[in-house]
Amino acid sequence: MAILRVKDVSKRFGGLKALTDVNLNVEENSVHAIIGPNGAGKSTLLNCLVGKLMPDTGSVLFNNNSVLGLEPFQINQMGISRVFQTPEIFGELTVMENMLIPIFAMRDGAFRMHAYETIANEREVVEQAEAMLEEMNMADKREMNAASLSRGDKRRLEIGMCLSQNPRLLLLDEPTAGMARADTNNTIDLLKQIKDERDITIAIIEHDMHVVFSLAERITVLAQGTPLVEDTPENIRGNPKVREAYLGETAA
Amino acid sequence: MLGLNKKDTSLLIVVALLTLFAPFILNPFPEGSAMAQFNAGYPDLMQRFVIFGIFAIGFNILFGLTGYLSFGHAAFLGVGSYSAVWMFKLLSYNVIPAIALSVVVAGLFSLLIGFVSLRRSGIYFSILTLAFAQMSFALAYSVLSNPKFNLTNGETGLQVYADDPQILQGANSPDLPHLFGLPMRATYTMDVGAWSFDFNAGYYLCAVIMMVVFYLAIRIFRSPFGMMLRAVKSNQQRMNYTGLNSKPYTLAAFVISGMYAGLAGGLMAAMDPLAGAERMQWTASGEVVLMTILGGTGTLIGPVLGAGFIKYFENIFSKINDNVLHSWFAFLPDGMEDAVVFLIHPFIGKGWHLTLGILFMLVVIYLPGGLVEGGQRLLKRLKRKKTDADDAPSGKTEPAE
Repeated sequence: MAILRVKDVSKRFGGLKALTDVNLNVEENSVHAIIGPNGAGKSTLLNCLVGKLMPDTGSVLFNNNSVLGLEPFQINQMGISRVFQTPEIFGELTVMENMLIPIFAMRDGAFRMHAYETIANEREVVEQAEAMLEEMNMADKREMNAASLSRGDKRRLEIGMCLSQNPRLLLLDEPTAGMARADTNNTIDLLKQIKDERDITIAIIEHDMHVVFSLAERITVLAQGTPLVEDTPENIRGNPKVREAYLGETAA
Repeated sequence: MLGLNKKDTSLLIVVALLTLFAPFILNPFPEGSAMAQFNAGYPDLMQRFVIFGIFAIGFNILFGLTGYLSFGHAAFLGVGSYSAVWMFKLLSYNVIPAIALSVVVAGLFSLLIGFVSLRRSGIYFSILTLAFAQMSFALAYSVLSNPKFNLTNGETGLQVYADDPQILQGANSPDLPHLFGLPMRATYTMDVGAWSFDFNAGYYLCAVIMMVVFYLAIRIFRSPFGMMLRAVKSNQQRMNYTGLNSKPYTLAAFVISGMYAGLAGGLMAAMDPLAGAERMQWTASGEVVLMTILGGTGTLIGPVLGAGFIKYFENIFSKINDNVLHSWFAFLPDGMEDAVVFLIHPFIGKGWHLTLGILFMLVVIYLPGGLVEGGQRLLKRLKRKKTDADDAPSGKTEPAE
């Protein structure tokens, strides 16, 4: 069953057609990669899924509910978590606080005036956050300011924050962009581990073919705002159309 | 204690002791001595310390936690004062209903202004709040003061007149603000040798209220709600993508800080039953921004320190005049004495704002964390010296052997 259905989505910016009739189904508990050359419309598509942009036409259904016209926080509350290209974390807060916030958001919803309680007394939330930090191997960094973490650790933290909400769908926007090889491999291992251990659907936008082919079960190739082909990694590798549009020498 | 951790509890106790013993602490110099002009232990000034402390504590909940810089908080202070004086006029001189109404009205007013202003962030938010505050000032100064509908009494300021209803005013209760019969102006003066200490009822009412709202501010800072407010300041994008709606959080912070401002305004009127439009002017809004930044934005104790610092120096510097300067520098040769006085003259008396400006610049440039950061650095240096001193003796004995 498809957990995310994108149907005939089009988006124009003035005279520029960013997306034209995009149709895409992401199957539940799969890892689906969306690739394409620069300017293919990958980021525009992602922004249409999370409420940042409103498509001109078409529909986006998550779990058979439309997400169009909803605010990002409402879409998150439906079970979609997003990891950004540059890690978006609460830099001035400690690692522990970064982990507490999404768990509070899950428990209490989009707003709650819990101004008189003390965080330390919220045992359950604190325990969940500690467990998640443990799982991310970051327990020793819990009192550090998140801004002072290394790039790879920031990414780990951001992924951990998203996972702590037990999302149905995890959206990753070029999660290894600008990373050193070692950090990239760590991130790949982390995502593989997440995929194996959890009931979660992962949709990933990526430039790095190494990452895509190590993780993806299905790949959609976008070119000039429209899906060129959707297939398994093996078939994508051999597809001449894809080579021509995108992979070029990198696949050789 | 009281649901606070050890550090916060000791902070609260220190603040409580300082405010309770302020009449002693602020009057270290004997009456009539040359240094007596540096004393600050008289009721009027002590009241201002704590009232502006309350104002700044509240402002810091908005600015320090969420980073939204409001330039219109004086409007809430003014609204609080007007509400309190109206309570005096209509009900009685008892301060409790007056203070209660000032908090409620300021809360409602800030809900309205916050709802509109918080549609924008950053500089646009600041300008919107400034515009609202100036509109409120104009309303209070002229629009709402006409013979048909006189809500604010314009230029003269709102005050209590003999023909006001005061329906609950008892026959025997004092004819000035009081707490169940205890006049706010009641002062007990204790003379110890050459020293003289004033214990004022109004000051202690303000001090107790400040301690309560300071405690509430600590609770807010340490609560999940306070953490969300810091998240607003840190990264709103991540917040929205984490399933949190940042708008009600900022609005709640805005209303809370508006209520703190209203409380301060109500207390001002309770100490002196008069409310004027100038309390709402933008300079008054700017002052609380200075207090918060000078003391330490986002710290618990900073705003209180900043408020005390500014109010103390405002008082001291504006009191010093040329005669005082001449007496200080009398030891210099005549020509030099005149030259020194001439140089210092622009910085004292009415020119004390010049001094404040320079102090503010120095703090912002060298201590971006405000007085609190200054204190922390000083403590660190002392600690280092202490450990150095502990090491020193062994270092000295070794060569002797």
